[in-house]
Parts: sequence; C-alpha cells; structure tokens
Amino acid sequence: MSLLEIKNLRAAVEGHEILKGVNLTINPGEVHSIMGPNGSGKSTLAQVLARRDTFEVTGGEILYNGKDLLRMKPEEAACEGVFLAFQYPVEIPGIGNAYFLRSAINAIRKYRGEDEMDAMDFLPLFRENLKLLEMDEKLMNRSVNEGFSGGEKKRNEILQMAMLQPKLAILDETDSGLDIDALKIVARGVNALRGPERSMLVITHYQRLLNYIVPDFVHVLVDGQIARSGGPELARELEETGYGWAEPATQQALPA
Amino acid sequence: MSSQVDTTIRGLTEQDYQWGFITPIDEDRVPKGLNEEIVRLISARKGEPDFMLEWRLRALRHWLSLEREKGEPRWANIKYDPIDYQDITYYSAPKNRPVIDSLENVDPEILRTYEKLGIPLQEQKRLAGVAVDAVFDSVSVATTFKAKLAEIGIIFCSFSEAVQKHPDLVRKYLGTVVPYTDNFFAALNAAVFTDGSFVYVPKGVRCPLELSTYFRINAAETGQFERTLIIADEGSYVSYLEGCTAPIRDENQLHAAVVELIALDNAQIKYSTVQNWYPGDKEGRGGIYNFVTKRGKCAGVNSKISWTQVETGSAITWKYPGCILQGDNSIGEFYSVALTNNRQQADTGTKMIHIGRNTRSTIVSKGISAGYGQNTYRGLVKIMQGATGARNYTQCDSLLIGDRCGAHTFPYIDVRNSTARMEHEASTSRIGENQLFYLRQRGLTTEDAVSMIVNGFCKTVFRELPMEFAVEAQKLLGVSLEGSVG
Repeated sequence: MSLLEIKNLRAAVEGHEILKGVNLTINPGEVHSIMGPNGSGKSTLAQVLARRDTFEVTGGEILYNGKDLLRMKPEEAACEGVFLAFQYPVEIPGIGNAYFLRSAINAIRKYRGEDEMDAMDFLPLFRENLKLLEMDEKLMNRSVNEGFSGGEKKRNEILQMAMLQPKLAILDETDSGLDIDALKIVARGVNALRGPERSMLVITHYQRLLNYIVPDFVHVLVDGQIARSGGPELARELEETGYGWAEPATQQALPA
Repeated sequence: MSSQVDTTIRGLTEQDYQWGFITPIDEDRVPKGLNEEIVRLISARKGEPDFMLEWRLRALRHWLSLEREKGEPRWANIKYDPIDYQDITYYSAPKNRPVIDSLENVDPEILRTYEKLGIPLQEQKRLAGVAVDAVFDSVSVATTFKAKLAEIGIIFCSFSEAVQKHPDLVRKYLGTVVPYTDNFFAALNAAVFTDGSFVYVPKGVRCPLELSTYFRINAAETGQFERTLIIADEGSYVSYLEGCTAPIRDENQLHAAVVELIALDNAQIKYSTVQNWYPGDKEGRGGIYNFVTKRGKCAGVNSKISWTQVETGSAITWKYPGCILQGDNSIGEFYSVALTNNRQQADTGTKMIHIGRNTRSTIVSKGISAGYGQNTYRGLVKIMQGATGARNYTQCDSLLIGDRCGAHTFPYIDVRNSTARMEHEASTSRIGENQLFYLRQRGLTTEDAVSMIVNGFCKTVFRELPMEFAVEAQKLLGVSLEGSVG
C-alpha cells in the first residue's frame, strides 16, 4: 500500500486557486522531490499536506496511510506521522527548545496511547541528534528559534524531525538561505533519517540540494499541476534549461 | 484566525470560576453604612488603644471631605457604576471567634474552605516551609508557625494582635508609607480596616520560611479592608506571599486594601501576590472591585523591595504597587502579569520614586487581554533632583488573544536629574496564526499551543515567583510549567 496518494487535489487561498489538480503517489521509503518556478504552488502543497486551514481545499482527495488526510486537524496529521520542516521556522519566545521538543514528543505519544518520555530517556536521544546536526547544546537553552541565524533555524527543523521520527517528512525549501557547509550538514541529517519506514517530499527551487539528498523521483510543478516527472536526471536537466520552458507563454503547449 | 482556533481560545479563556463556593458560618456584623459611630464600633469590637481610634477618625474625616468634594478618583481607564458607600457592611467576623494561637480551635468549616482552596494550613505543609496567616472576611483566624518564628525574633501575626501586643511598632510605622491622605481608597481603608497581617523581622535575621497570607471574601455585601504592614529591620530578609479568592455573588464587592512595606539599611523584602478574586460572569455581572494601594519604602541604604504580582481575577483591578527609593543604592523591582478576559478591566502598574543616589528600579509588565477584557498599564518613574546616578529599566509587553479585547499603555516619566539613565521598551503582539500552526504541526492541540505561548510570554515574571506560587500562577493561567530538561 502506498503511504500517500494525492488525487486531483485543488486548493485555493482567499478565493484564488493555486493547486489545479495535483496527482502524486508516494510509497514507503521513497524520497520524492518537487521542483518548480516561484508561485507554482510548491509551498501550498506542503501546507495543505500539513493541514494548515488558511488554505481551502476545493477538490480532490488525499489518502495518507489509508486514512482521509483532509479530515485531519494539523495536530492529528502530526500525530499520525506527518512532519513539515518549515520554510520560515517560527519563534516562540520564553519556551526552551528542549522543553518544546519533549512536549511535542509526549503529545504524539499520548495520541498513540504510549507512556510519556521522561527526561532520562529524552536527554541521550537529544544529545545524539544535536551531534548529528552539529548544534551547540547551549543553543537549546534558548527559546525556540529566538536569536537563531537562518542556518540554525533550518538545522533546528531537521533536529525536530530527527526527534519526532515521522513517517512522512515534508521539507519546504529547507535549502533556502543555507551556505554550502550548512547545506551539507542538513543533508547529512536528512540522509541519516532515510529508511524503509520513512518517506520524504523534498520541495526545492534549486537542483543544488538534490546533489546531497538524491531523490528517487523528481516532479516539476507548474501553475498548480505536475507538468513532468522523472528520476534524478530530471533535476540536472532543469539546472541546465531552467524553468523558461514552463513560462506562461509556452505553457499551453504542454500536455495536460 | 480560523473559527476553530477562535472557539478553542474562547473555551480556554472562558473557563468557569472554580473557587466560587460559599461557606455557611455564623457571622458577627455591624450595621451597614459608614459614619463615626461605625468606626468607633469597629475600633471597640477590636479593643483598640486610643491612638488607633484617633487615627481612624482622622482618616474618616479626610475621606468624608474627599467624598464631598471630589468623590472617587476617576482618572483610571475603567468604567463602573457609582458605589454606594452607605450600602456596605464594614465589619464581618466569624462568630465562633477562634483563639488565634491554636489551629484546633478554628471553625472546621473554615478549615474545609481552606482545604478546598488548597491553602497550606495543615501541619504537613510545614515541610513545604510555608507559614500562613489566613484572613477570613475581616478577622485573622489562624497564624501558624508563630512560635517557631518567635524563637528568632520574627513577629508574624494578625494586624489586630500586633495592635494589642506590639503597639509601639504599629504606632511608629503605620501610615508612614501610605498615609491616609494618600488617596480616596487609602483613606477609606484607614478608617474601617478590620484586620490584616503584620510582620517584623529583626536586625540581621533572614526569615527561613516564606510567610503567607490567604485572603477570602465570604460574606455577602461585605467589603474587605485589610491592612498589611511589613518591617524589615537592618540587614534582614523576608519573602511574603499573598493569595486571594472570593465566592461567586451577583453583586459587586469592594476590596480596598493597603499594604505598606518598610526596608531599613541593607534589608530586603520580596512580596508576591497571586490574585484570583471572582472576576464576575461572562456578561460582567458581579465580581470584585479590587482598589488597592501597595507601596514599599526603601528607607535604608542598599535596601531592596521587590513586588511580583499575577493578577487574573477581579472585575476591576486598580493597583500600582510601588517603591520609594529613599536610601542610597536602594533597589525597587516590579514584575507583573495581568490577565483580563470576558468583561474584566485592569488598570495596573507601578510607581518608582527615586530619591536616593544610585538608586535602581526595574519594571517588567506583561498584560494579556482576551474576550472583551481591557488591560491598561500605567506606570510612573520619577527621578528626583537629588537622585544622582539613578537608573530605570522598563519593559512593558501586551499580548492580545482574539479581536475584541484591548491593551493600553500609559507610561509617565519625570526626570529631574540629568545623570539619570532611563530605558523603556514596549511591545504589543497577538497570538499569531503562524505560531499556533507551528506548534500544532508538532502535535500540540490548539489549547496546549495557546497555553505554551502565554506561558512563554509570562516567563520573565513567573521566574520571580517562589516555586509553589509559580505553579499556582500557571494553573491559573491554564498553562503548564516548563520542565527542567536541558
């Protein structure tokens, strides 16, 4: 059974249709990449999958793990194993990172009917993942994302992903604003989490990230629809040709 | 914000008042109304010495003249119907008046009330290191650990008892920080106050317990007018906790208290309040009018007074705990969380009066508005001519939940010495949809997400509270305590 099955998904923001019939199937363990020009709907797809209610779903369906994802609230989707690494991580003043992470882990455990994780079990796991992402433990005494650099925020997203162990990880432009060293660290963190039980949807504008996180499949989203699909070689092709072929003038010529 | 989030926020901010039980006990009351006869009656019931009666009568005359000429102060950003001061009962005491030294003699109904409130009166709480002076309506019913404290010279008793047993101390300090001429409600309190707490910490003594008073208004149509006086003698230290609740009643009840703190050379006083008076119902019916004057005087050099308050109750809060920084190098602090929801109104803040040299003050105010709540910060920082090298830091933050509430800020700064250094930071924020979505995407419910954001917002103030109170404060705000991980 596939983990995620998106069928003819349509979504709008403030009455403006952005996704115009997206079809995509992801099987357990697969890493898919969504590429596309600005404004094509990449981030909207990520937000709809994470169930942000400022996006209105106007048609289609999404089956996640055999369940109707569109009926879930954001926290239910999260507890069912959907994780979104934010393009712009949010600051929560006054709440320490470690406390926040443990609260999240325990909210998910509670949902699944499991016992709470205590500090003794939490700390070793936490330290291990900090090491993986080369993050300073001192940083974790600060409030969530407060005073973090752009790169630290992105690494913090992957740290959270490593701690929460999702079934479906959606990375929304995690590479934006990262220098090459930070990009490598983030990619190493992501690759360490690849496995048969975890699927990933890597959203990016640039091919660069895909040199380090090599996807099984690449899809090109243009004007709210998947225009092309292929293997990793498609990303390299796009690097050379750019998205010029997908400009509105030539769009009509594309197969539906 | 989506309607679902909105509904959850409403649910969270509209939780019913859980402390609204009424205790059936016999009361000894004086007739309604306020005049010289009533003041004499109160003073006589309490068996007071002449100097107290004289002081009360002077206060009453002053109050009557104020009432005749100007009435209540009207400058605060609050709205309420006129109060009929002749329709209030100014003295109500439990009839089975207990012997104040022994817990066994306290009316069991009262003890059960305190149990419901979770007040640490019982012996087991001794381990928690809390000594309690409990004020039920107007009379202090039990003072614990008094003997233990007396061994090291600390006096901790009801105000009435202090008037009887330590009249010289009372006479020396009463009204020296908040004179009865200070304001309308301070004059009213001075005339009719019926009890309160008294603390004296002798030279060089560090009080080993957190001293605590728990106030509760029980009787209908009763005002509560308590008065607290704390004196920290040279080089001493004391931490004092005050908590308040009241039963649900349709009519408004008046609470006009006065608190005076005096810190002599090198002494420190830490005063913490968790105020949860009945706030009225969702439409704004009933609830306590909390018109309180609290002030500390750093009379000696290097002395320090610190106010921490968490205000979640009362229909109306009008209160400005302040510090007079008279001694050189003295320090005043004010940390405040004020929450208003439904129809609650709060006009609260502080006054820092810098008189001595190198005096420092810190103000951290966190206002949270939800429902139709109106939250006003009003603060005065005054640097007098002689206060060379004075410093003030003020941080004033407002958090809005929903779109029907209001936050207002009125900072007054009056500097008369050019060496003063003043810092003022202010912010107003709303719980953002992006913050909520971020937390929910990590698995937290909307309710937990709101709690977490509010808790984080208040953290710099909660950190100042003694541990036991911090827990209660967070319970009151419906948030959970940050763990000790990391």
